[in-house]
Amino acid sequence: MKHVSIPSGADLGALYRQVAGDYPKFFKMDVLSKLGFLLTEMLVADETDRFQPREDRAVLVFSREGCVANDRHYAASMADFPSPALFVYTLPNIVAGEIAIRNKYAGETSAYVLEKYDEEQLWALVREAFQDRCTQSAVVAWIDCPSDTVWQADAWLVSREEILK
Amino acid sequence: MTKVFCTGCGVVTPVGNTPEAVFLAVRAGRSALQLYPAQPEPYMASLLSREGFNGPSFFEHIAVEAARKAVAQAGLDPSGPRVGMVLSTIKGNVEQIDSEDVSLAAAAIRIAAKLGVTSKPVVVSNACISGLAALIQGMRMLRSGAYDHVIVVGAEVQSRFIVTGFQSLKALSLQACKPFDAARDGLNLGEAAAAMVLSTQNSLWELVDGAVRNDANHISGPSRTGEGSYNALKYLLPLVNREQLAFVNVHGTATRYNDEMEAIALDRAGLLDVPVNALKGIFGHTMGAAGILESIVSMQACDAGMVLPTQGFSELGVSRPVRVSAQEMPTNGTEFIKLLSGFGGVNGALLFRKGGAR
Repeated sequence: MKHVSIPSGADLGALYRQVAGDYPKFFKMDVLSKLGFLLTEMLVADETDRFQPREDRAVLVFSREGCVANDRHYAASMADFPSPALFVYTLPNIVAGEIAIRNKYAGETSAYVLEKYDEEQLWALVREAFQDRCTQSAVVAWIDCPSDTVWQADAWLVSREEILK
Repeated sequence: MTKVFCTGCGVVTPVGNTPEAVFLAVRAGRSALQLYPAQPEPYMASLLSREGFNGPSFFEHIAVEAARKAVAQAGLDPSGPRVGMVLSTIKGNVEQIDSEDVSLAAAAIRIAAKLGVTSKPVVVSNACISGLAALIQGMRMLRSGAYDHVIVVGAEVQSRFIVTGFQSLKALSLQACKPFDAARDGLNLGEAAAAMVLSTQNSLWELVDGAVRNDANHISGPSRTGEGSYNALKYLLPLVNREQLAFVNVHGTATRYNDEMEAIALDRAGLLDVPVNALKGIFGHTMGAAGILESIVSMQACDAGMVLPTQGFSELGVSRPVRVSAQEMPTNGTEFIKLLSGFGGVNGALLFRKGGAR
């Protein structure tokens, strides 16, 4: 299965210009969504028919901290003027939605929070997600960003055959 | 495929602390929605009393309470290696963000420990469909063969963080919300905890199957074609016995866009002849608890042979002729569908069927 990762603290704006460059909404995203967006660009850039709408691909996002980095930004804005632009990113699953919108993935999108990166638990959850009869492949991501500058960001593109063999 | 049943339910709500009491409250149209003072503006919500509580986390407290009730009803020893736990919540302990580790993972571990669960818990945090997504996750864990029972618990407490956020989006109504009504003008927030024990052991109610689908359209606005909700329903339709379908219990937040979107999805799925009801006019939007709480109340209603009324609804205000139940209606149906939608473009549907052992 294909695997990509983004080193902690990397310049995400520079990486965006390198791997995408045509999606200015990127700059409105929180760090979690930016990482998920870029990881998926790196995974699927060379797929044929990449922007054809499809329901057979799931997006499964895992982390420990969820969207806590952005939660802190929103909490800080509350003292002055609560920011709707920050509030909409105060959910751990928005990153999966951003990936679905960009790539026209109308399949399952799910966000899970685990105590830590636990390979056994994470891949058991991925295998279980393939119980959905429609799902033939999935973008699987572990994106844990306790702050805007420190993270673990890994993603895999997996097929039903690879997962269930 | 392994059949999955509900062997126990537990609830903590402002209108009752047993499924039976909550069912009676809904039937009588008795809600706890009231206007709470706040700056810069007040908000209408259904909140739990904190009287007598002085622990560190009210959120974890109500989650444990609801789960304990479900475990007791199921007669389950939660400590076995083949008992799993799924926590559904959106914001957990966020009100303590300035002082504590507010990781949902840490909360799940503390809740599991209090219940005596020894397996690793998982948190499903999939916006407003979290409760349904967590039930679907519980079903999958049972069908994987690794578990015999899974405790699925959802909980949400309200906080300035959530209230100001929804106010900033102009999504809240200052009146009791009016799902599907022509005069609807927004949602109310709510607090609750609700839990189900799912099991491979035969019981009265079966969770047949469920699906999660994305609109792939917008992170905070529902699809104008009801794409994700329609696709989630479409996944279930081949499994539905149409003559037995008692009702669809919809999300029905009472925002202009959500209810219109659901009406379009129901139309596209060919479900305009099926009664529809929504429970947010009683509980408000209980977020991480909603999918589980509203499913429990719907099982109670089906057991009593009725479609519950939609509190707050009087005149249809969506573009499709959806059969919203304004008053209580009798039904002989033995199945219902629970539908939810949320930010991030997520939508969920789950089919429940009565017919197992009593």
